[in-house]
Amino acid sequence: MNLAVNGLSLTFAMTLVLVALIISFHEKIGLEKDLIISVLRAIVQLFIVGYLLKFIFHINDVWLTLLMMLIIIFNAATNAKKRAGKLRKGFLISFIAILISTGVTLGLLVLAGAIKFIPSQIIPITGMIASNSMVAIGLSYRSLRAQFKDERQPVLERLALGATAKQASIAIIRESIRTGMAPTIDSAKTMGLVSLPGMMSGLIFAGIDPVKAIMYQILVTFMLLSATSLGSVIACYLAYRSFYNEREQLLEL
Amino acid sequence: MTQLKIEQLSYQVDQQVILTDINLTVETGSYLTITGPSGSGKSTLLRLIADLLPPTKGTIVLNDRPVTQFSPNQYRQKVSYCFQQATLFGETVGDNLRFPYEIRHIPVDMVAIEKALAAVGLIHMPLTKKITTLSGGEKQRIALIRNVLFPPEILLLDEITTGLDAANKAIVLAYVRHLNEDWGITMIAVTHDPEELQQKGRQVQIVAGELVNQDEFSR
Repeated sequence: MNLAVNGLSLTFAMTLVLVALIISFHEKIGLEKDLIISVLRAIVQLFIVGYLLKFIFHINDVWLTLLMMLIIIFNAATNAKKRAGKLRKGFLISFIAILISTGVTLGLLVLAGAIKFIPSQIIPITGMIASNSMVAIGLSYRSLRAQFKDERQPVLERLALGATAKQASIAIIRESIRTGMAPTIDSAKTMGLVSLPGMMSGLIFAGIDPVKAIMYQILVTFMLLSATSLGSVIACYLAYRSFYNEREQLLEL
Repeated sequence: MTQLKIEQLSYQVDQQVILTDINLTVETGSYLTITGPSGSGKSTLLRLIADLLPPTKGTIVLNDRPVTQFSPNQYRQKVSYCFQQATLFGETVGDNLRFPYEIRHIPVDMVAIEKALAAVGLIHMPLTKKITTLSGGEKQRIALIRNVLFPPEILLLDEITTGLDAANKAIVLAYVRHLNEDWGITMIAVTHDPEELQQKGRQVQIVAGELVNQDEFSR
């Protein structure tokens, strides 16, 4: 392998952060504090994860692997909940959506023999799936919220005609699922043309034959499509009820 | 026969009182007109009767059954609310007129739709017509027949003739009268419009959230 990054080269690479800082300062964007905190967090979190993964890979225990997966999903749900605003049961809905979308996708991959149930494969893949599902769910929440606000009158009209809350919301639910899935579909369309995505770049970096690397990337594309669609569908169908009370009356936003 | 009974109905939002202790009885097949200055709470009263808002206090009873004993959508199919300056949804006229069938899981009855369109003077209106190309009068008439393709027991009309020209207004008012007299649909109409006030039946007035008089008269 031909990997040259070490402590010294990383320190030099930090000048790249300085570029961002100078831009923020010079253009009065006011992101300096956010930038510094985010960089520090990234460094600390990644170091902890690095050592933790080394330990878990070494132990190679099924329960520990499952626990690690659960922690990833829990963190993803916590983050998605922030996008949910005042949504009732925002955390629970996010957790269920991410757990099921990650579980089903991962289960299919393992059953198909595409990946093995060993920590060094399961944990990184869980992270990829859960984070994409999390982003998709966050986008769906934002779309639900925006549409229940903008499309309030049409929803009321449907309710007044005797539609159930679900019938009155179905157009909004569909649009929000679409919004959640759109980035994954768009990035699948430009895959290889605009960017050489993470998984593939990583393998090429590590010296794997590019033709082998693209196969993994194709696998990742399939699994992210499954994860984001499942995540958005589950989250939207569980979340729309939060915009109504128990008499199926649309709440003020 | 008493069809709708409203007792002690009040509504307030964020400490602001909109309606106070409204008591009202509506007979089956009658025509009730509610007037009053704007902002007095007339539309809120209709929305409460339509079960689109939760009352702060009081009860609404339909055919001797409290609203809460009906499932929300079943109740709203019986007590249908037609909005002031109704907005159509979806993209086409068809999206709106097929909707009442879709929510009931019943095949669309094209004959009934064409009959209803003809009754409000929209005889050649194609269902594929985009709603963005319709005039205000056409929209209001389509909204109205959307409410009555499955005749409700009570129809709540919220200033439905506002902004319509004389010709459109006459068509809408004649149709409403027909629904009341020939189909027996009970009407509760909120209006400022002098012509609509000439319609018929009983009139009540709401001022500052309270029912002030109940002059009963028939024309």
